[in-house]
This record gives sequence, structure tokens and C-alpha cells, in this order.
Amino acid sequence: MNETILQTRQLGKRYGKRWAVKNLNLEVRCSDVFGFLGPNGAGKSTTIRMILSLVKPTEGATEIFGHSLKSHRSEALRRVGGIVEKPDFYQYLSAYKNLEIVGALSGDVKRKRIFEVLDLVGLSDRATDRVKTYSHGMKQRLGIAQALISDPELVILDEPTNGLDPQGMKEVRDLIVHLSHDQKKTIVLSSHLLNEIEMVANRMAIIHNGELVVQGDVNTLLDEGEKYVILHAEPPQKVLSVLKRQNKILKNFSEKEGRFEVIMDFAGIPELNKALVDAGVQVRALIPRRSLEDLFLSMTERAT
Amino acid sequence: MIRLVYYELIKLFLKKRTYIGFGIVLLIVPLVEVAMKLEGGRFLTIAMRGLSQDFLFFGNLFNGWFVAYQIMNSLWFHIPLLISFVAGDQLAGEATAGTYRLILIRPVSRTRIFIAKYITTLIYTVVFVFFLAGLSIGLAVILLGRGDLIVILRDILILPEAEVAWRFMIAYLLAAWTMITIASLSFFFSSFVENAIGPIVATMGVLIVFSVISVIPVELFEILKRFLFTKYLNMWQKMFQDPIPWDEMKIGILFMGTWTLAFVLGAWAVFVRKDILS
Repeated sequence: MNETILQTRQLGKRYGKRWAVKNLNLEVRCSDVFGFLGPNGAGKSTTIRMILSLVKPTEGATEIFGHSLKSHRSEALRRVGGIVEKPDFYQYLSAYKNLEIVGALSGDVKRKRIFEVLDLVGLSDRATDRVKTYSHGMKQRLGIAQALISDPELVILDEPTNGLDPQGMKEVRDLIVHLSHDQKKTIVLSSHLLNEIEMVANRMAIIHNGELVVQGDVNTLLDEGEKYVILHAEPPQKVLSVLKRQNKILKNFSEKEGRFEVIMDFAGIPELNKALVDAGVQVRALIPRRSLEDLFLSMTERAT
Repeated sequence: MIRLVYYELIKLFLKKRTYIGFGIVLLIVPLVEVAMKLEGGRFLTIAMRGLSQDFLFFGNLFNGWFVAYQIMNSLWFHIPLLISFVAGDQLAGEATAGTYRLILIRPVSRTRIFIAKYITTLIYTVVFVFFLAGLSIGLAVILLGRGDLIVILRDILILPEAEVAWRFMIAYLLAAWTMITIASLSFFFSSFVENAIGPIVATMGVLIVFSVISVIPVELFEILKRFLFTKYLNMWQKMFQDPIPWDEMKIGILFMGTWTLAFVLGAWAVFVRKDILS
């Protein structure tokens, strides 16, 4: 199950003198939901364009299912579906016709399969409507449908929630989880939204200024990040005096406008809570934070 | 490949833009032919003013064939323009619409997609030229009847009615051949850019510049002229000469074919290497 199905080696793309992507080594394993994270302009879309053969790399190589993208493009892409940036379609054609065209390029896709994917993304009742009548969210869902049309094993989704409202974002995330858990697909999900990756990915890579900053298991990477607790409590003087005495369980703390940030292991939270309550402090909230956001920010700041 | 061409044809013929050319021809040709019928041969009388004093003409020379022949002159500029509307959009249109991202990530090679698109362009070009042929000849013959064809170029030639139909047929085949060269030029420009206006303007620009060079009597241009594809753009006209210069036409067919091949290979080389950034 841990077989590597997508691998880039020293992948790089240069436009003029500027390297959009450089020395990129990615490894996506079977059944991964692989988060590909980076701020806007980090090189995510260029990387995905290279992986999907839209852009020729300046250097390096890509292997998909053991096939070199350069020498065996068709074999490499046969089991791959993807969506690159915003979904664009033949606006004057229906969703069904668009999928029929894409299906013809992907192999022998039957009418039944077209309706299956339309149904999966909730568009089967609008199948015969022209795409130009679709909302942005519907186009985004149709984008996912076209990525799935050939029932690929590897699905590459580039910023699939871009421009969607919160409900639309949730639907796409749920769909990704469904594809991963129920349909056992391997998913590469590129995003600049940290919480999106945190919610669905098991492995991830962070890219910044075209270079890989970190890659690995999401939980492992999270453990590497600093853990802290946000504490809302009153009165501040009493809180301060308790915190100063708890040097066994906490490493450091800071206070800003009555809001305390306590750097500590989460295991010590009950003990801290007890000490505060015993001292007559009114504890309103103790919020453990182990966010990928901190890691992301620290990584990208370090790389700058 | 047949399936790829089929879907390219679906994409092409379900697009409104494809029918602009057909619409214009459908509007202009009947307009011109009805106007010529109403004028009642005044156009021909003016053209033959000097000759009618020295020669006697029998029969109906102002007939459908004559009018259809006059309409063929639109093959100089108007029809190439209408063809480049579609041919120039074939590759650039996908870039403009962003649909390259939809089709070029599939396991089908770019070369196969390119060939399917080019075959579709050829089909459109041939269909369009023969649509012009069918409409202009058919309507003209219905409106103005048949007869001998009078051809007025440097001199006057009267072709007997029995020969006219097959001459027109071969003339339109040659016209289709030359329009394929124009379509290929537009297709070539289309491979470079991400906006369909560019290829149309560039095609017409080349056509104008080459045509201007072809008529300016400068020695340097004389050498250049031999290599310009516009030299044989009027190849179809030779079908209305007597005797028909078959050898010259064979050279013209090969010459235009060579240019077509060069444009197609150039477009292919650009297309398969192109980074899709749109």
C-alpha cells in the first residue's frame, strides 16, 4: 500500500532567468491524500502543470506509476485525472458533451460513467445545460467530474476550492474524503489554505519560492511544530502569579490584553486548569493549538 | 483518430463563430446575383463596350456561369479572410478558452490532437469553398440561366457551354487547394498565440504584403516572387484559359502543397513543444 506512484526528481522550470520551480523532489504514495502547500506564487501550479505534461520541465524528471513522463507519456497519464487551476470548459456545450469529449481523450468512457461522475458531483440534473449557464461552484464541481471521468487511480487537484463559498468548500472537502476513503483513490491536493490540508491530508509537502521546504507525514510534521495553549482567564494578576509557579509543566508564556499564550505540552492542561481554579481564577477558555499554520508560517519565513 | 476528428468536428460545428463565414456567403452571394439580374447585363455591356463595335455576339452571354465566375474573384481576399476566422481559432481558441488544460492532460499525444485539429480545419475549408461553389453556381444558373461563358481578362475568351461545368468543378478543386494553404498559414500562426485575432490579422497581413510584392515590378521582388505562395493563389483562373496550362498547374499544385506542408510542420513543431500557461 505504500508503493510510490508519483515521484519527481530534481524537477525544475526556469522562465528566463527566474526559476519558478527548482530541485523539487516529491514522493506521493498509494492511497495518500497528499497536501501540496505553499503561498500564492510558490510554484505549486507550475509543478502540477509539469506533472500533467502541460509544461516541459527545464530539468529533472517525473515518474508516474513507474513510467517516465518524458519517454512514456501516455502510459504515465493513463491512470491520472486532474484539474489545473480554474476549471475551463467549452462554454457553448453541455456538461455532458464536455465530459464526452474529455472521455474520448481518456479512453473508452461510456455514457453510464459520464452520468456516474455527474451524479457524484451533484450535476446530473443539469447535464444537458450549457456550461455557460453554470455558477462558479458548479463549474468547479464539473472540473472535479472531468478529473474523475476515466476512473483514475491518481487524482491531482490544483486549488479545487478556489473561489467557493464556505458551503462549497466543505462539499469539495467531503468529496475528497469520499474519493480517498470509499473509492481508494490517491489524491494530490494543492492549496494555499492551511486548514484545508490539515483537514484532509495524511502527507504533505510545503513549497516556497519554487523550492521544497519540507515533506512528510502530516502528524509527524505537526509534532515538530511548537504546541501552545491560549488561555482566557481573570483576573490577570492572579493568572500571572499561577503561571509563574507552574514552571514544571510550562515552558514559557506571554500575555497580551488579557489573553495568555502558554507554551506547554498538552498533557499538562488538566494540571494547569486545576492550579488556576484552586487559586480562584475564573477560567473562560483553554484552547490547545497545534496548528499547521504555525509550521507553515515558520517554514515559509525560514525559507525567505 | 476518427473519434478525435469526430469530436473536433462537434466542437467546431456547434460553435457560432463557425457559421459567420457561411452566413456572410449566404447573404452576399444572393445579394450580388439578384442585383446583377436586376441590372440586366449592364455590367457585361460596359466591359465589352469597345468590342461590340467590331464583333457580333450571339446567344445569352450574361448568364449564370458568367456571374458565378465573377463571384469566384472573392477567392482573392474575402474567402481567405473568412477561412482564417476559423483556422486561426483552431489552436489559439483553445488557449483563449483555457481548454488546453482540459484536453492536453490526457493520455492522447499532442501530435494526435494536432492531427485531429488539422484534419478538422481541412474539412471546414473544403466544405466552405464548396458551399460557395454550390450556392454561387446553383443560384446564378437558376436566376440567369446557362449559356457560353465569356471570360474577360487580358483578352476575351468564350468557352462553349458544354465545357463550362467541368472547368468550374476543377477550378473549385484548385480553389480549395489554395484555400487549404491559406488555412494552414492561419493554423500555423494560431499555434503561437493565445488569442484568435492575432492569426487572422497575421494571415491577412501576409496575404496583403505578398500580393503587393507580387505586383511591384522591382528586380529584387522578381526573385522573391517566385517563392511566394500568392503566385499561385489564382491557380483556379487557369481553368478558364484555352488551352488549359496543365503543366503550369501541376507546378502550382506542388508549390502550394509544399507551402502547406511547411506551415503544418511549423505549427506542429510549435504545438508539441508549447508550454501551456493559459
